[in-house]
Amino acid sequence: MKGKRLINISKVIGKYLFRVMTLLLATSIVAFVLVSLSPIDPVQQYVMGAGAVSMEQRETISEYWGLNAPPTERYLNWLSAILRGDMGVSLLYRQPVARIISERFINTFALMMTSWILSGIIGFVLGCVMGICQGKWVDSIIKRICLVLCSVPTFWLGLVFLLIFSVWLGWFPIGFSSPIGIADTDVSIWQRLYHLVLPALTLSFISFANVALHTRQKLIDVLESDYVLFARARGNDTWTIMKRHGFRNILLPAITLQFASFAELFGGSVLAENVFSYPGLGSAVSAAGLNSDVPLLLGITLFSTLFVFLGNFIANIIYGVVDPRIGEERPHGQAIGD
Amino acid sequence: MCHSNLPLLEVDNLSVSFRMYDRAFGQRDLKVIQDLAITVNSGEILAVVGSSGSGKSLLAHAVLGLLPQNATVSGRMFYKGKPLDEQNQRKLRGSEIALIPQSVTYLDPLMQVGKQARGTDKSPERMRRQRKVFQRLNLTRQAEKLYPFQLSGGMARRVLFSTAIITDAELVIADEPTPGMHLDQALEALSILRELADIGKGIILITHDIDLALQFADKIAVFYAGTTVEESPVADFIKGPGALRHPYTKALWHALPQNDFIPIDGFQPYAGNLPDGCLFAPRCPLKTPECEAGNPHMRKLRGGKVRCVHAT
Ligand SMILES: Nc1ncnc2c1ncn2[C@@H]1O[C@H](COP(=O)(O)OP(=O)(O)OP(=O)(O)O)[C@@H](O)[C@H]1O
Ligand code: SF4
Ligand SMILES: [Mg+2]
Repeated sequence: MKGKRLINISKVIGKYLFRVMTLLLATSIVAFVLVSLSPIDPVQQYVMGAGAVSMEQRETISEYWGLNAPPTERYLNWLSAILRGDMGVSLLYRQPVARIISERFINTFALMMTSWILSGIIGFVLGCVMGICQGKWVDSIIKRICLVLCSVPTFWLGLVFLLIFSVWLGWFPIGFSSPIGIADTDVSIWQRLYHLVLPALTLSFISFANVALHTRQKLIDVLESDYVLFARARGNDTWTIMKRHGFRNILLPAITLQFASFAELFGGSVLAENVFSYPGLGSAVSAAGLNSDVPLLLGITLFSTLFVFLGNFIANIIYGVVDPRIGEERPHGQAIGD
Repeated sequence: MCHSNLPLLEVDNLSVSFRMYDRAFGQRDLKVIQDLAITVNSGEILAVVGSSGSGKSLLAHAVLGLLPQNATVSGRMFYKGKPLDEQNQRKLRGSEIALIPQSVTYLDPLMQVGKQARGTDKSPERMRRQRKVFQRLNLTRQAEKLYPFQLSGGMARRVLFSTAIITDAELVIADEPTPGMHLDQALEALSILRELADIGKGIILITHDIDLALQFADKIAVFYAGTTVEESPVADFIKGPGALRHPYTKALWHALPQNDFIPIDGFQPYAGNLPDGCLFAPRCPLKTPECEAGNPHMRKLRGGKVRCVHAT
């Protein structure tokens, strides 16, 4: 039994590894082709503002960056840099891409996790409240707010928050992940948190509505189910029904949805980071795009693909572990009691 | 044992309609049950028979106050002589009146069935009772830990059955509890109901299987198109059509395989499209013009009740 299970698990892991490899390869090729087609000339961007630069100098830079090689060769060069582990050197920051990503990712990760947890909790609680009060005014008000929030663009909400809380009320700083002019090592955790609040709030405001509306619908379905009707027939009150049947049946879809939302979270953080000048991966990726910094752009693309894939992977695993109906064939079957 | 004169449950003149919305007619009320009447005494099994859609489950849900929001209920229902209003229903549900629901979808797909059978009561006594009932119904200790999807249809039915049996309810409403069970298991389940009746509880046994009803019940109520057409002692069914009262009941008797096995012509009318007079008139061989002057009243006849102007 145990050996069989191990084989099964390694099979599943093998399958996922294969998938992620092909996914990364495909993403990198598509991304590479797209940036190759970009009209922005990285050398031009680089020398802009550097005064007069002669044709020869440009040619040297171009040569130095390996831009003159044919596309396939450039792609393969970059691929070997990936395999070396440093992911190539960013044209913009003159540093290995791996290092930039690891530094910036900490900021982005803090931002995303804060808003991920916030939006998950707020969304779930509001969804439950709406589901329980379905059809009453509480439900319709919250539902309307959620529907509005669903259609609000991240950057716009970011600007509004910035305007209200930073410019008018002055409660929060206008940008960056730490105070300006203080060495990175001297920044306290509180200062970091302080700079995190507004972007995180923006990001979670954008995504909790989705979770809330989904949870609401799921809970309504559950509350209209036969098994809840039966629970009422047995004299259970609403709160008992929520505890025994409600959460049990809606938690799993909510968690899965939450993990599957990594992609939107990443997209949202690009915008939020730009609005708040927050130095994470999101602002780096737009800088890379605007300057045709191919290694950096590709690096971040690959990294975020991996990240989103991981989210979906975790969602699947959770479903398999928590839901008894998945990943287990009828173990005892008819042998029992029949 | 409580054999007072008051019936345990009395339902009189019950009607249920659903508010429906459709494009052609806008809002309208669809009356699916009218003039329904049954009486259950302590110590008795009342079998309720009738074809699909005749309103058997709706009666069960109406008694417990479980009909959906768009349903309107009128008529009178008494439990031990007290009117069954919303407040009373809420108090009695699960403690005094227990339901055995009709379908396995009434089990929570994500909860182990042992836990579901025991319900909210966490006492060791409850656990002991659940084990006893499971054992009697041929469900093993391992079965407690299974989820509904891991059960066969018959096992799930037995779990549903046990939910009501382990309570102390005075009135058990069993909505078709036996389909999917093996014959010996069905017999075992029904003899449990019989034992409960014998110690003074009242049972409503909704069933399609008249044969089983004949073996275990005391009285049979026959439903047709949302109304009761006859209520008679089981003995009359055994004696045959001569002892029965309503033309539909007689036709049902003739339709039984061990009798003539002759099916009844025609179809039960659909709610919203009911005939004006007697609901059985379109299919009735004894129909006269009098039959179409309104739905006949339920009247007492030879130790039973019947809704037919010509019954003797
Ligand atoms: N929520 C509802 N809305 C509208 N009509 C309904 C609703 N529930 C039941 N009905 C109708 O009421 C009638 C009686 O239904 P009921 O479930 O009581 O039948 P039944 O006698 O239990 O049948 P079966 O033997 O198939 O279980 C049916 O015609 C059904 O279509
Ligand atoms: S009232 Fe008339 S139509 Fe109705 S069952 Fe009796 S004889 Fe038949
Ligand atoms: Mg039914």
